[in-house]
Amino acid sequence: MFVKIEPRPEPSRVMKYCSPLIAALLMLISGLIIFTLLGKDPMQAFFAFFIEPVHDLYSVGELFIKAAPLMLIGTGLAIGFRANIWNIGAEGQMALGAIFGGYIAIIFHGSSSHFVLPLMILCGAAGGMLWAAIPALLKTVFNANEILVSLMLNYVALLLLELLVHGPLRDPNGYGFPQSVLFSDSAMLPILIKGTRLHLGVLISIIGVGIGWVFLEKSFTGYQLQVAGLAQKAATYAGFDYKKLIWIGMLAGGLAAGIAGVLEIAGPIGQLLPSISPGYGYAAIIVAFVGRLHPGGIFLSSLLMALLYLGGESGQMNLDLPSAVTGIFQGLLLFYLLAADFLIYFRLRITRRQRKEG
Amino acid sequence: MNTTPRLELQGMTKIYPSVIANDSIDLRIYPGEIHAVLGENGAGKSTLMKAIYGVVKPDRGRILWNGKPVVIQNPAHARKLGIGMVFQHFSLFETLTVTENIALAMDDSPRLEPLAERIRTVSADYGLPLDPERLVHSLSVGLRQRVEILRCLLQEPKLLIMDEPTSVLTPQAVRTMFDTLRRLAAEGCSILYISHKLDEIMELCHNATIIRGGRVTGYAKPAEESAAGLARMMIGKELPVCSQKRPQISGKTSLTVNNLSTKSADPFGTDLREISFSVSEGEIVGMAGISGNGQQELLYCLSGERLVDDENVITMYDVPVGRLNPDQRRNLGLGFVPEERLGRGAVPGMSLTENTILTAHRHGMVKNGLLRFRRAAEFTRRCITGFSVKCGSIEDPITSLSGGNMQKYITGREILQQPKLLIVSQPTWGVDIGAANVIRQAMIDLRNNGSAVLVVSEELDELFEICDRLIVIAQGRVSPSLQVRETNKEEVGLWMSGMFPGGPKEKTAHSPQEPGSHVC
Repeated sequence: MFVKIEPRPEPSRVMKYCSPLIAALLMLISGLIIFTLLGKDPMQAFFAFFIEPVHDLYSVGELFIKAAPLMLIGTGLAIGFRANIWNIGAEGQMALGAIFGGYIAIIFHGSSSHFVLPLMILCGAAGGMLWAAIPALLKTVFNANEILVSLMLNYVALLLLELLVHGPLRDPNGYGFPQSVLFSDSAMLPILIKGTRLHLGVLISIIGVGIGWVFLEKSFTGYQLQVAGLAQKAATYAGFDYKKLIWIGMLAGGLAAGIAGVLEIAGPIGQLLPSISPGYGYAAIIVAFVGRLHPGGIFLSSLLMALLYLGGESGQMNLDLPSAVTGIFQGLLLFYLLAADFLIYFRLRITRRQRKEG
Repeated sequence: MNTTPRLELQGMTKIYPSVIANDSIDLRIYPGEIHAVLGENGAGKSTLMKAIYGVVKPDRGRILWNGKPVVIQNPAHARKLGIGMVFQHFSLFETLTVTENIALAMDDSPRLEPLAERIRTVSADYGLPLDPERLVHSLSVGLRQRVEILRCLLQEPKLLIMDEPTSVLTPQAVRTMFDTLRRLAAEGCSILYISHKLDEIMELCHNATIIRGGRVTGYAKPAEESAAGLARMMIGKELPVCSQKRPQISGKTSLTVNNLSTKSADPFGTDLREISFSVSEGEIVGMAGISGNGQQELLYCLSGERLVDDENVITMYDVPVGRLNPDQRRNLGLGFVPEERLGRGAVPGMSLTENTILTAHRHGMVKNGLLRFRRAAEFTRRCITGFSVKCGSIEDPITSLSGGNMQKYITGREILQQPKLLIVSQPTWGVDIGAANVIRQAMIDLRNNGSAVLVVSEELDELFEICDRLIVIAQGRVSPSLQVRETNKEEVGLWMSGMFPGGPKEKTAHSPQEPGSHVC
């Protein structure tokens, strides 16, 4: 018996939108099997993982707090991804945003000016874009692979953040702990709903997704990015400036990640720490793809991904599950999505024996 | 002739979800007969041939092979029966030799040396000399087709299917191929000859089956019919004629190419050598030549998809454009229809309306950086009605169009922008006769309104019909220009093989016998 992979004559358009749902379903089934193998009651695990995190208003707030950076970064990355510009460096760009924004918060410590927060966001955005500009520059000038450059810069950025928090940005009265001062109220995002931790950053992120939607679906530049992604030759034929598109694609991701970094430290964290993200920059890549690179889809998939984060935590607390379980679920989701997407364009055919091809 | 048909089709029917490709088609071909299958694009010719060759399973109908019913499972089975097919598009590996390519296509794995020997004998035998050791990339298109034909001949076919075989050949090469086909027929081989070129069919074929919209609309003896009569059966109405009305040439030059030389980026591509020519307002200049002689490379330079080092080498309306990108050149009034439709002239995965924006965005479809879809839809609607593009709706994906319809759409999109200079590659390639005339008429109208048009085509008939001047490209060199009224196809055919003043084979050139006496 041989399994042959052959292209489908007509890829289904419906399946393109169904495949994230199929992937989520398969992830769920595989997860339940894993729970059973670990000796847990699958129904109890299911409850702990997917119901517990959203059972009251406070928890829903937590869900949105986790989803906010994912949807914002996911939208920013999608702008580049649509043009086949693969920015894998959102994690580092987020750290740079936090460093720049955090620095503002630290030097204006004690100030009650209303301009501190906007300045932090501006500087954070600049930091993220600066970090994204490095792979963009190397790609446009030397044709360096942006995947490798942006990925490696993540490690540089995370070490830079750690260095700064251990050194110059450390709280002088913090007993040597590697953390900055707690930000003043003027540098903190106000809470939107009493009784939750839902902060202004969530709203900013949702607005960001909306802006991304207009940009991607309605603007001429968004159109050019889409053309470049679907058919590079057609973009050249039309005379679209691909170098310009590379810059836009990379900087959009950096901008979103930088702002997300600021929103994290000015929101739930409230200070600079050696680590400010549980891998949002990477998870946002999955979010972007599960959301079909469409802001509406990204909004929904960011909620799903946030649920996985919270479910992982809840599973650790309630069921003694290992902390790796969140990563396993994320991996399963991406794996199933890629498989389902592959099967939109190809099908497997089982042949009894190898026929001689003419 | 034998009384048992070599092949008989009875009530062949193939239904696709959206269209009936073949509707109970009957066809009969006897040994030694050259039989034409005549029809427009989308008439169902290809589906029918694929059914005979075992690529497509018919939904209804019978195939009789030498009087016995058969069910043809797959191409290997068809070959075993003695059916060979030469496809319109070659499937050869450029980096392999002729022998290796032919060996790959054979069902048993033959030893190479004896095979090369057989290729040598058979090819000499049929007057198709070919060196079996040559690498395919070094062969001209005519010779590549020879490889494909030889590949079939080695299997000693009883029935040979030829799908639009002359579209890539010079008139001289067409002669040679016709001789080979007649010779094969005389030996008893049946030939199914698919084409929409009426003159060829009238010259070559004994009988014709004419198909329109998936049905047989008539059987004819081409030699006894007039071209107009055949065309009527094929398209169901009188052949529209382009109205010419040649205006005064204003003399203002819109495009000049001055000593353009490039190295091709593709190792199997063609280098351009010292190309100079110009196109003026109010004229259509045709560039003849067999594909692969540098047309692609030249068009990349003219459109701006490839920049040239010295901006002065190419000028449009006296503006040096050698360093301007396609968008900037379009702003100067350039329209361009590339040879590749999907993936270059149109974006797969986008709708017709979205594809309109690709080049027509400068016509009021962008405001403050945002797209105005209503404008784009309006333009698209004008394009599909003006150029009779058959599509479900303007929001349908571009990939739902057939090749010919996509060509009409892209050509229409460029022409409707009223370019001051239009460069078109293969404007009517794969387009049916009725629509081809619409496209040709639109180019003529554009010229009559004072635009300049450069048409790059392999179809000499077309070039002779619409052009005012002709230039010929061969091995990356461009010939001096010829007035269409003072030349003929024989002369242009010779020039296409490089025998023109300053051409790659100039030394072997001889003046054609009495220009004008052989006009077809």
